[in-house]
Amino acid sequence: MQNLTTLERDLIGAVEGAADMAALDAARVAALGKKGALTQLLKEIGTIDVSMRKERAAELNRLKDRLTDAIDARRAALTQSELNNRLAAERVDMTLPVRPDVDGRIHPVSQVMDEIVEIFAAMGFSVAEGPDIEDDFHNFTALNFPPEHPARQMHDTFFLPEKPDGSRMLLRTHTSPVQIRTMQAKRPPHRSIVPGRTFRCDSDQTHTPMFHQVEGLVIDRDIHMGHLKGVLEEFARAFFELDKVHMRFRPSYFPFTEPSAEVDIGCKRSGSEIRIGEGEDWMEILGCGMVHPNVLRQVGLDPDEWQGFAWGLGVDRVAMLKYGMPDLRAFFEADLRWLKHYGFLPLDLPSLGGGLSR
Amino acid sequence: MKFTLRWLREHLDTNADTKTIAGTLTRLGLEVENLHDPAAALRSFTVAQVLSAEPHPNADKLRVCTVDVGGEVLQVVCGAPNARAGMKGVFARTGSTIPGTGLHLKPAKIRGVESNGMLCSMREMGLSDEHEGIIDLPADAPIGKPFAEVLGLDDPVFEIKLTPNRQDCLGVRGIARDLAAAGLGTLKPLDAKAVPGGFKSPIGVRLDFTPQTASACPLFVGRHIRNVKNAPSPRWLQDRLRAIGLRPISTLVDITNLVTFDLDRPLHVFDADKVRGGIQARLARPGEKLHALDGKDYALDGEICVIADESGPLGLGGVMGGEASGVSETTRNVFIEAALFDPMRTAATGRRLGIQSDARYRFERGVDPAFVRPGMEVATRLVLELCGGEPSEVVVAGAEPDWRRSIQLRPSRVRDLGGLDLAEREQVRILEALGFAVKSDDDVLRVQVPSWRSDIHGEADLVEEVTRVYGYDAIPAVPLPRRPVVAKPAIDVGQRRVRAARRALAGRGLYEAVTPSFVSRAHAELFGGGADALVLSNPMSSDLDTMRPCILPSLIVAVGRNVAHGMNDVALFEVGPQYAGDRPGDQAAVAAGIRRGQSGPRHWSARPRDVDAFDAKGDAIGLLMALGFAVESAQLSDASPPWYHPGRSGVLRLGPKTLLAAFGELHPRVLAAMDVKGPLVGFEVYLDAMPIPKAKGTRARPPLAVSDLPSVERDFAFLVERQVSAEQITRAAKSADKELITEVRVFDVYEGAGVPEGRKSVAFSIRLEPKDRTLTEAEIDAVADKVVAAVVKASGGALRS
Repeated sequence: MQNLTTLERDLIGAVEGAADMAALDAARVAALGKKGALTQLLKEIGTIDVSMRKERAAELNRLKDRLTDAIDARRAALTQSELNNRLAAERVDMTLPVRPDVDGRIHPVSQVMDEIVEIFAAMGFSVAEGPDIEDDFHNFTALNFPPEHPARQMHDTFFLPEKPDGSRMLLRTHTSPVQIRTMQAKRPPHRSIVPGRTFRCDSDQTHTPMFHQVEGLVIDRDIHMGHLKGVLEEFARAFFELDKVHMRFRPSYFPFTEPSAEVDIGCKRSGSEIRIGEGEDWMEILGCGMVHPNVLRQVGLDPDEWQGFAWGLGVDRVAMLKYGMPDLRAFFEADLRWLKHYGFLPLDLPSLGGGLSR
Repeated sequence: MKFTLRWLREHLDTNADTKTIAGTLTRLGLEVENLHDPAAALRSFTVAQVLSAEPHPNADKLRVCTVDVGGEVLQVVCGAPNARAGMKGVFARTGSTIPGTGLHLKPAKIRGVESNGMLCSMREMGLSDEHEGIIDLPADAPIGKPFAEVLGLDDPVFEIKLTPNRQDCLGVRGIARDLAAAGLGTLKPLDAKAVPGGFKSPIGVRLDFTPQTASACPLFVGRHIRNVKNAPSPRWLQDRLRAIGLRPISTLVDITNLVTFDLDRPLHVFDADKVRGGIQARLARPGEKLHALDGKDYALDGEICVIADESGPLGLGGVMGGEASGVSETTRNVFIEAALFDPMRTAATGRRLGIQSDARYRFERGVDPAFVRPGMEVATRLVLELCGGEPSEVVVAGAEPDWRRSIQLRPSRVRDLGGLDLAEREQVRILEALGFAVKSDDDVLRVQVPSWRSDIHGEADLVEEVTRVYGYDAIPAVPLPRRPVVAKPAIDVGQRRVRAARRALAGRGLYEAVTPSFVSRAHAELFGGGADALVLSNPMSSDLDTMRPCILPSLIVAVGRNVAHGMNDVALFEVGPQYAGDRPGDQAAVAAGIRRGQSGPRHWSARPRDVDAFDAKGDAIGLLMALGFAVESAQLSDASPPWYHPGRSGVLRLGPKTLLAAFGELHPRVLAAMDVKGPLVGFEVYLDAMPIPKAKGTRARPPLAVSDLPSVERDFAFLVERQVSAEQITRAAKSADKELITEVRVFDVYEGAGVPEGRKSVAFSIRLEPKDRTLTEAEIDAVADKVVAAVVKASGGALRS
C-alpha cells in the first residue's frame, strides 16, 4: 500500500513546481490522467478489503480535491504571470508623438462676421448682400452725396474705366449702397445687416485697400436715435463679452444720415498690442446716424411716415480690438504663422446660447 | 484745422482749461485729433541770471559762470560767446534731458572745472536751429520761472479733424461760436466796421461771365492801399502762424493767412504796381498758362475760373495766386482781393490741376457769403496797423448771393428723431447761440439759418444741431422693440453654404485666407480674366490692379510668400468673390484652395507623401458632400479650365451647363508665369452653381430600409488598356445587377512587372446586399459572371486569373 502522504507531496510538488502551462498539464496527466498515479489508485479501490474500502475511497477523493485545487491555483498563477510577461513585452514609448492630425483654421474676419450675425440675428435682423462692384448711383448719389462734394473725394474710391456713355463703375467704398438696394427691393419695416467687402485706396496700420464692414439698417415708424444707441451698446456688450464697454458717440457727418455720429471704443494701444477694457485711447469702430430724409425720398419713402437708422461697422477693427491684432495689413497677407496664431478652430462655431468665443 | 488756446481766447471769453475745451470740442463733433502743449516738455527749464562770467583757466573758448537759479547759486561752465554777467538765460538742471539733443545732464568736470547744469540755446530747447549763443531772455524775466511762460510758448495747440460739412469751423471764430453754444463761455464781438477810403481805387474790378457761368464768382470785393511797408510781420503774428505749422513770409501775406485761419475768409494780395489795367474774374481761355505761387506752371482750360488783368491770368480763383503779381518786400502799393468762388468749380479745378491749398479747401466746402465785405474791412485794418498806408474806397463787382432761408423745426422732433427729450426753451437757446434766428410760431419754430451754415437745409439738420450741442451723451439708450416670437433664420441657403464651406474646409486641414479682390492684370489673364473693363483706373499698385476672375491666383501668390518664409507644406483656402464682369450678377461666391508640399510632417509612424491631384479632388468632393450635395448626381469629365494640368485635373458638372467644381494639379506654365515653385494642386467649388433644394414642408426623412441578411463581397482584377478609366470599369460592374450590387470600389491599380507594356491591372470589389433571402453560392457566381462579362465588354480587358 503506497504511502499517500508521500504521493501527495510528490504530486502537489510537481503541480506547484510547474514552470509553465505545459509542465502543469504534464503534472496533471501524471496524477489524474488515464494512467495517472491517483487514477490508478482509484481504479484499485475495488480490490481493497471491504472493511477498509470506504475509508480508503474517502481518503483518495480528498486527495483528488486537494490536487485539483492546487492545479487550478497554479493555472491561475501561470495565466497571470504569462499575461504580465506579455504586457511587459508589449510596452511602447507613449511619449512618442501622435500621428499628424488635420489642423485647419478659420480666419478671424470670418469668425467675427459669424459672431456679429449671431448677435444681430437675436435682435431680429436678417442678412442682406450686395455687389462689390457698384455704380455711382448706389454708392454716392442715392446716398445724398452731392457731385464734386469733398465727402466724395474723402472716400478714396477705386474706379473702373469710363464707359462710352461717360459712366464708370467703382468698387463700393462702404456697404451702404445695400441700404438703397434693400429699400428698393421691399417696403419697410426693415431690420437688415449687410456684411461684406469694401474698398478704398488707403493703406496704413489701420487701413487697407480692402476691408470689411457690416452695415445695419432699421426702418420703421417710430425709431429714433435712442434706439440706435441702445442697439449699438447692446451689440458692443454682447460682442466684446464684457459687462461694460467704454463707448463714445461723437457727432460726425455722413451725407446719408442726419443726425450722424461716430462711435469709438476705449482701449489701450501700445506697439504690438491692443487691449480693450483698459487705457486712455479710443478706436473708431463705426459711423452711424438717422437715415437722411433725402435717402428715404430717393427710394420712394415718405420721411414723415418712415424713419430709422443705419450704421457701418468696421469688422476688421472690432476683430483687432477683441482679439488683439495690432496691424490690419497682416489680415490679408495669408501668412500661415499669423493664421495659426490668430485663427479659430473649425468647430469654434459662435452661438449666443453656447457662447461666442472661448 | 489747428489753433492755439490763446488764439481761441481772442474770440471766446472762457475760463475753461485745455482738457475741458478738448473734451467739449470732441463732444461737439469737432474731434480733437491731437493736443500738443509745447511748454510741457520745457517745464523744468527755468529762468536764471548769470552773476559772473570769468574765463576758464584751461580753455580759451569756455567761461566759468556763477548762476542764480532761484534760491541757489551754482557754478556752470558755458561755451556760448554771448554768456555775460547780468544776462538772463535758460537754465537746465543736472538730471534733466535736453530736448533738442537728447543729452542727459550729469554733474561734470569740464577741463578740470566743476559744472552743475547748463545754459541753453534755442536749438538745445528744440525751438529753432538757432545755436549762435545761449537764449537771451528779457531783463524782467522772473528768476526761477519756467522760461516757456516768459517766451509765451505755453500755448497749447489743438488739432481738430473737421467733417466736410463744418466749413464754418475752418476759422477759429466758428470753433469759438460752437464752444460758446455748448456753454463754455461767451463769444466776443468782432470789429468789422467799414474803414473809410480816402481815394478811388486806381484798379477797377469786373466780372466777365455768361449767365450760365456767373456762379463761378458771384462777388468780388477789392481795395487798393498805397504806401505800405511790407516787412517781416511782428513776432505775435509770426508765432501764431508758426504754432499752426505755417511759415511766416511777409506782413501782407501773413495777414491773408491770419484772416483765412481766424475768420475762414481767404484773401489774396496783389502787388498793385504789377497789375495792368483793371482786374476781372473770368473763365480761362484755352492755351492760357499760369506760373503759380507754388512755383509750378499750370495749363488752364475753359472750366477754370481765373483772376486776370490785361496781360492775362494773375491767379486761379479760389485756389492759388500767381507768382508774377504777388507781393514782395519791395511792394509799396497793394490790392486786396476778397471774393466768392463756386465750391464745385473750385473743387474740380483743384482736383484737375492737383493743387491743394488752404483757399481751395475752404472754397470747395463753401465760405460765408455774407462775410466778404467784413473780411475786407478786417484785413484793411490789419494792413493799416502793421504796414501803414492809405486805403482806397472799396470796389465791388457782383452781389452777395441770396443765402437767406428759413426752416421749420417741430420741437417734438428732437425727441422723436433725436431721442432727446429737451424743452423748447433749451432748443431755442442752443440755436440762437449758434447764430440761428428763431421765431416761435404755434407748435413750430421758424428758424433762420445764418449765412455761415451752408450745411443746414432741413429739420433733421436742426435736430442734429440741438442734440449735438446739448450732447449725444444725454440721449438715453433704448432697446429696439423685440419681436414677440423666436426669430427666423437670419441667413439664406446661399449664405449658409458660404459659412459651412469655411468650417468644412478648415475641418479638412486647410487654413482660411482672406485676400484682396484684385490681382495683377498678368495674373488675371492666366486665369481667364484681365478684360479692360475690370482693370482699375487708379490702383494702389500694379500687382493689385485687376478684379480677379478666379480666387486661385490670389492664393498662389500667398503660397509663394509662405514658401519664401520657409513654409514648404501649405494648405490655404478662401471662400470669397470672383468677378466675371462689372454687373451685379457677374460676381460669384467660390470656395477655392491650394495645397503644396507633403501631406504632413515627417513622422516616426505615418510616412508623409507628396500632395497630388487626388488631394484637390478630395477637397472638392469632400466640400460638396459636407454641403449636403449628392456627388453621385454630378458628372466627372477632364474638360478642366486651362490653368490646370491637362492630364491631372477634372471638373464636376451638373448637366451640360452647370459647372460645379474644378480640381487638379496647376498647369506648370501658369506657375512658371507666376514665379511660384510647384507642384501645386488646387480646387474651386462654385457655390452659387449648386442647386437650391426645394423648400419642403417636412424635415422628416424617409424610413430606413436595411436588411439583416448578410452582405457578400467579391474581388475582381482585370487587365485593361492604360487609357481605360476606372470609372468605365466600375460603371460597367455596377450595371451588371443594379439591384444586388450596392457598391463597387477600386482597391488597386498596378502597372509594371508582370503586366504587359501599355496595360494596367485594376482590382475592385463589389458588395452584394440581398433583399429578401440569403444568396446561394450559385446566385453569387451568376452575378460575378455578369460583372465579368459587363467589364470585359466595356473595357476590352480580360479578367486576371
